[in-house]
Amino acid sequence: MALKDITLGQYFPGNSLLHRFDPRSKILFTVFYIAAIFLCRWVVSYGFVLAVLLVFIAISHVKPKVFLKGMKPVVFIVIFTAILNLFYTGGHVLWSYGIFKITEEGLWKAGFMVLRILMLICCTLLLTYTTSPILLTDGLERLLRPLKRFGFPVHELSMMMSIALRFIPTLIQETDKIISAQKARGADFDSGNLIQKAKALIPILIPLFISSFRRAEELAIAMECRCYHGDEGRTSLRQLKMAPRDWVLIGFCVVMVAAVIALRILGL
Amino acid sequence: MEPIIEIKHLTHIYSPNTPFEQKALDDIDLTIYRGEYLGIIGRTGSGKSTLIQHLNGLMKPTSGQVLFEGQDIWSSKALTHSIRFQVGLVFQYPEYQLFEETVYKDISFGPRNMKLEEEEIDRRVRQAAAFAGLSDEILSRSPFELSGGQKRRVAIAGVIAMEPKVLILDEPTAGLDPAGSASILANIDAYRQANNATVIIVSHSMEDVARITDRLVVVSHGTLPFVGAPREVFSHGEELNELGLSVPAVNRVFARIRAAGIDLDPAVYTVDQAKAALLKALARKGGR
Ligand SMILES: Nc1ncnc2c1ncn2[C@@H]1O[C@H](COP(=O)(O)OP(=O)(O)OP(=O)(O)O)[C@@H](O)[C@H]1O
Ligand SMILES: [Mg+2]
Repeated sequence: MALKDITLGQYFPGNSLLHRFDPRSKILFTVFYIAAIFLCRWVVSYGFVLAVLLVFIAISHVKPKVFLKGMKPVVFIVIFTAILNLFYTGGHVLWSYGIFKITEEGLWKAGFMVLRILMLICCTLLLTYTTSPILLTDGLERLLRPLKRFGFPVHELSMMMSIALRFIPTLIQETDKIISAQKARGADFDSGNLIQKAKALIPILIPLFISSFRRAEELAIAMECRCYHGDEGRTSLRQLKMAPRDWVLIGFCVVMVAAVIALRILGL
Repeated sequence: MEPIIEIKHLTHIYSPNTPFEQKALDDIDLTIYRGEYLGIIGRTGSGKSTLIQHLNGLMKPTSGQVLFEGQDIWSSKALTHSIRFQVGLVFQYPEYQLFEETVYKDISFGPRNMKLEEEEIDRRVRQAAAFAGLSDEILSRSPFELSGGQKRRVAIAGVIAMEPKVLILDEPTAGLDPAGSASILANIDAYRQANNATVIIVSHSMEDVARITDRLVVVSHGTLPFVGAPREVFSHGEELNELGLSVPAVNRVFARIRAAGIDLDPAVYTVDQAKAALLKALARKGGR
């Protein structure tokens, strides 16, 4: 049942302030926030950016536990980065054993890197937890629209994205079902060496591929039957509308980045 | 009669301790006997599929026990694995689980997992194909170039080839035409009689199931409100209707006539039974 525990990119319906923002302003916030993370220099700026994140998590009404669960997949990367930075940064040596030495600079750097990765994950989780996939792709399409002038297939890309997002849960369910069905015929996925384990996946992957192709074909036909013909002259059911609060959020983004740049110049 | 599967206080909760927590089975008790033909009916989402997946150890009870021939199927890992071969489960729309190059290879997947001798596998594949109504010529073809109904037969043969003592089928006739359904049901019955196997059939169409099974189990919101011979179950026609099950039309007609004050047998569910009941009632009236 581990398949069902995937929360990455999952939407939690709700009605918090963060849920009600326009997806475009939320996407912009995420972009600005990521920029701010990379502009941070020292304790004060990191502290400021972290405080912003915590405030936003608080107003999202999504339980902090859910964020912790969402960060689980990167635990390994975080530990790896920490160790790398800890041992390979030169400077004032605090402790050493053979070739291993820990420096004061290494400690700070490792701490900052870990904080950076975690904040990065958290701010994207914040976006996907509070924005439905449909709104997210709508917002992205609108934001990228100017690129169409240069021949960039904005609409097609966002259509592909929303279809992919839509089918992730379906495919997970389907995979679960196929696994159960093959287990019912005595398939064994847990024992044997690596090659045997890889071979055991064939009875799952083939039906999964076939059903994906079937679904894709059915979907394409269904879309054509409803006269889908791409971007030209297409209007949308949900018109995105920026409310005053969205401008406030964008204004805040600019102030936030400006503040971080100022702190950076001051070396804080 | 000798019990083959005993279900004791079985409860199953999906995604426990999360916002998506859902109790699909609630403290269920049921005994299934060797050689019987059992029907499980209930509306969409009532818990039928969840229930049958506990019978071959695919799902682990949140609490409670499932005993096969007196042993708890979760008492050891080896036992749980071997139960899968003794309790064969054919899923809903099983045709989407075929994966081999040829029908023959696909049917042999189960027996091969049982680590049988090559000769025994060959015997079982051919026999299972015969039970499922597949000709020898089809065995060498690719399962993906068959019709939907033929694919389903291949999938059923894939489970029959393990020669399970208990054969469970989830909606084996869904999406087939009446002739196709009838012939698959006849094939299943042939297997049952040849091997003295227990067969459990899941459906939400009571009419079909009632005609062929010895005993019916009604599932509703994770509980079993009615268990018994079809006549017994259908004597609760009103309550079944309230549970959202489509009671056979004759049964509903009789309920209306009874409501009008004429005393008729409340338990009929086929036209033949209705005819007999009507004639009996007329004879009684004529005699008076
Ligand atoms: N994987 C799952 N995760 C969470 N809940 C589930 C899952 N599978 C089923 N359920 C829930 O458990 C309940 C029983 O589902 P089940 O599949 O057993 O119903 P069913 O009687 O087989 O229905 P159908 O006739 O539609 O096949 C339903 O309310 C369903 O929403
Ligand atoms: Mg079902």
